[in-house]
Amino acid sequence: MGRMFDVVVVGGGHAGAEAAAAAARCGARTLLLTHRLDRLGEMSCNPAIGGVGKGHLVREVDALDGLMGRAADAAGIHFKLLNRSKGPAVRGPRAQADRALYRAAVQGLLRETPNLSIEEGVAEGLERGPDNGIAAVLTGEGERIGCGALVVTAGTFLRGEIHLGPERLPAGRHGDPASIGLALALAALDLPVRRLKTGTPPRLDGRTIDWAGIEAQPGDDPPEPLSWMTERIANPQVVCGITATAPGTHAIIRASLDRAPIYTGQIQGAGPRYCPSIEDKVVRFADRERHQIFLEPEGLPGTEDIPTVYPNGISTSLPRDVQEAVIASIPGLRRARILRHGYAIEYDHLDPRALRPSLEVRAVPRLFLAGQVNGTTGYEEAAAQGLLAGINAAHRAAGGTEARVLLRTEAYAGVLVDDLVTQGVTEPYRMLTARAEHRLRLRADNAGLRLTGRGLEWGCVGPERAARHRAFATAVTEALARARAETATPAALAAAGLPVNQDGIPRTLLEVMALPAAQGPALDQAFPWLRDLSPGVRTQLETEALYAPYLARQAAEFAALEREERLRIPEEVDFAAIAGLSTEMRQRLCAARPATLGAAGRVPGITPAALVALAGHLRRGASPARAGAA
Amino acid sequence: MDTIFALATAPGRAAIAVMRLSGPESRRMLEALAGRLPAPRRAALRRLSAPDGTVLDEALVLWLPGPASYTGEDSAELHLHGGAAVVAGVGEALAGSGARPAEPGEFTRRAVLNGRMDLTAAEGVIDLIEAETAAQARQALGLAGGGLTALCAAWAGRLTGLLARQEALIEFEDEGLPDALEDEVARAIGVLAAEMTARLTADEGGERVRAGLDVAILGAPNAGKSSLLNALVGREAAIVSARAGTTRDVVEARILLAGLPAVLADTAGLREAGDEIEAEGVRRALHRGAAADIVLAVLPCGATPDAATLALVARRDCILVASKADIGGPVPEGALAVSVRTGEGLPALREKLEEVASRLAPVSGAALLARPRHRAAVRDALRWLGEAMVASLPEMRADALREALQALGRLTGKVGAEAILDRVFAEFCIGK
Repeated sequence: MGRMFDVVVVGGGHAGAEAAAAAARCGARTLLLTHRLDRLGEMSCNPAIGGVGKGHLVREVDALDGLMGRAADAAGIHFKLLNRSKGPAVRGPRAQADRALYRAAVQGLLRETPNLSIEEGVAEGLERGPDNGIAAVLTGEGERIGCGALVVTAGTFLRGEIHLGPERLPAGRHGDPASIGLALALAALDLPVRRLKTGTPPRLDGRTIDWAGIEAQPGDDPPEPLSWMTERIANPQVVCGITATAPGTHAIIRASLDRAPIYTGQIQGAGPRYCPSIEDKVVRFADRERHQIFLEPEGLPGTEDIPTVYPNGISTSLPRDVQEAVIASIPGLRRARILRHGYAIEYDHLDPRALRPSLEVRAVPRLFLAGQVNGTTGYEEAAAQGLLAGINAAHRAAGGTEARVLLRTEAYAGVLVDDLVTQGVTEPYRMLTARAEHRLRLRADNAGLRLTGRGLEWGCVGPERAARHRAFATAVTEALARARAETATPAALAAAGLPVNQDGIPRTLLEVMALPAAQGPALDQAFPWLRDLSPGVRTQLETEALYAPYLARQAAEFAALEREERLRIPEEVDFAAIAGLSTEMRQRLCAARPATLGAAGRVPGITPAALVALAGHLRRGASPARAGAA
Repeated sequence: MDTIFALATAPGRAAIAVMRLSGPESRRMLEALAGRLPAPRRAALRRLSAPDGTVLDEALVLWLPGPASYTGEDSAELHLHGGAAVVAGVGEALAGSGARPAEPGEFTRRAVLNGRMDLTAAEGVIDLIEAETAAQARQALGLAGGGLTALCAAWAGRLTGLLARQEALIEFEDEGLPDALEDEVARAIGVLAAEMTARLTADEGGERVRAGLDVAILGAPNAGKSSLLNALVGREAAIVSARAGTTRDVVEARILLAGLPAVLADTAGLREAGDEIEAEGVRRALHRGAAADIVLAVLPCGATPDAATLALVARRDCILVASKADIGGPVPEGALAVSVRTGEGLPALREKLEEVASRLAPVSGAALLARPRHRAAVRDALRWLGEAMVASLPEMRADALREALQALGRLTGKVGAEAILDRVFAEFCIGK
């Protein structure tokens, strides 16, 4: 019969690595199958992790004891907290990593994960069991590996096609073969497939850049780590550069548009609007005279044979000669040598509306999909999905039936999955804080408080983090309770040097802390116990105080949303059989198959009446109908 | 959970209009409106008054405590006298005490969620909800024609644009966005808020068209206010006696002025009150006068205007009436001499009233924000725009703008995150 694992994960990118590690942490005997062991944890595009929205996702992955934050800290060579001048809710930690160190960190973390085997191999076929669900993976070597659940993280490998000017070649990431066998096996499942496009800039030889003529951009000092478990950043830090395109650059691009695959019709798939190619920017924003370019070293000095620099901002699929002319036209890059040309890649992704909120394919029991194959872009989006797919796969393999989901009201990862499975995608999906309705609650700084408890329930959090978390969460809860309970009169506050309106109404400490004028040493003098708080607890208290008035005003809306989010629509619901739904509503609901009443409300075109009918049906399912109750 | 209210009967002229109220605050709101609660599920006659004491209607009131109510929540029904003025007044009073107008289908949705509705024979019920939804949708936009839709859509469009800019500033800090963007957004919020406020104020006429004009008759005791009311109404609505201080409370009667519904209110005479009840009457009279659209200040011919009457005349839209013209005596300057006994001056007074009424409530159809529901949504949006203007952090400002957009969305349909992001990417060159 061959070998048997609880969970098999195919693919060793960011989704695959998190999925395998999470499944194994949950106690599942797990096999990670990747076609090149040495490329596990590869950063195939930009050497940076985090940012606004994305940094939130990394912190959430970290809160569930995932790998990405720790690996980025171990490999980080330039850290920056974005939106530092704005409020804590939208601050996004970001790190640029040394590519080799990052791979090593991921591989090291995977190797030390108990229950996890890692092997080189190619998945060529899928075997399905009597219930039509996944039973085994067939490898390129002809081995049959049985599994309780399978997670496929195929990235852009499905019918991937690279465009570089007129050149077209089948491929996954640079230098990797497209996964033909797996693509065929997935195609045989007859899942809805769509085509997307993404791109990458040319890579430059760092020795040929005129760094002296370029504005330097140092990282934060001290750097803010991505993982809550990281005490300090050990790597030396590098400086990035900022340059920009020149008018001559734009002239060169305009003169070459007849050879640009995105304009000649050679590329059909939709590209991301937030990451347009330089030719797209020049055409769509014709009045802009310059476009910024960040020059990001891909590694620490002296560690690479040739120091590679990633010029962030000029993704392109223009022909090789045009790319060379473009680079030579940019200040500071006149002599720069291109190590590898930029290109666009078109690939198939599966319509994520075919997935359950657990990321399991609805039509194929025990098959989970995560990452770019679901129509997302970005390492962080992939990692978050991989983590959740791994947790669910392990749970499923152990006989669990309930999906393990995060709600929109509790996590960006919840927003991500809900958007994917109820709305689908029209372009590669990237996380943005504007997608989260409850942005002021879902902060990078409180990811652990929001999610580690959930992770403990699910069994994916190790003992070290668990202990730290419990102590911290208790301290924050106690401090908050005290700050809400402790009050002072305006007169007493004024006497303590904390000016507030003299209206005679006592203020809680939390209210006082929200006042811009009531900061500094006077606050600590009036409430001496604040001095005893650890900086982390103190920060949580201050942040809660800052947003409390806003959160209070949205409390009713939040409660209503949460209630509808928790009203589950059972998998087996037959929308066609629900009395009172119009044909159109039935079709829309059947296509989207929302998992909760809240999600149903977000399905485009669903009317209030349809929601009422649906809610009625759910109620009736939950408890026997009471005749004449209306 | 909010407490919601809506008219359960069709809008428009009818003998009875049923207003429903549901939610956790129903009891408090009903008590504030109608005083003592009736026994559960028993109809009782109550006088409904606004928070300021203004009498709104005499209505049949039902108190329907949850869970054995239609929605399963604490609820109430108010069987009002039909007519826009009463319905609008009660709606405003409820909104003032914290309730909000219900969304389409919301009562039924709550009923279903609370397990109060058995949908085994659901098709009929759903049809009803479709009808309810359609009616409310028509009420929300349809009746006003395309003008309101266009107006609100234009506001929502501008607001979406502002939110998109604010979001771009949050999401794409290092993308080289224009430096002035933050200030531009702040300025534009102010401009939009000012326009919305101006429109709300200008369209008060529209609200008057719907809700009816409020005309208060004020003056010293025994000046002949009640007689004037009766003469204008053409029937004996107020008790008239030769004794001063007969009218101790506000007496209302409805008339049409230039085709507009109007409520004529007779009030207690303004003087040092003899007893507590009369004092209360005076207080209410002054209050009513302050809130009225038009004041008829009544002064008998030959009498010296007292301070209270002079104060009234000073305000705009006050018509000074010199009553008892048949008795004789000098007519004060600017006053209209009227005798209810001979009918002298009554046509002129009526004409004058109609002239003022037409000026206050132009029936041009230009007033778009006329319904309480529309005005509530716009006021709500304005409240959040106010928050946005004082927000101390960009993400708070964005949140407030989003709430404002949602408030307008009750009239124009929801604006989702995708629509905002569309604007971001259309306007700014994002992507490094």
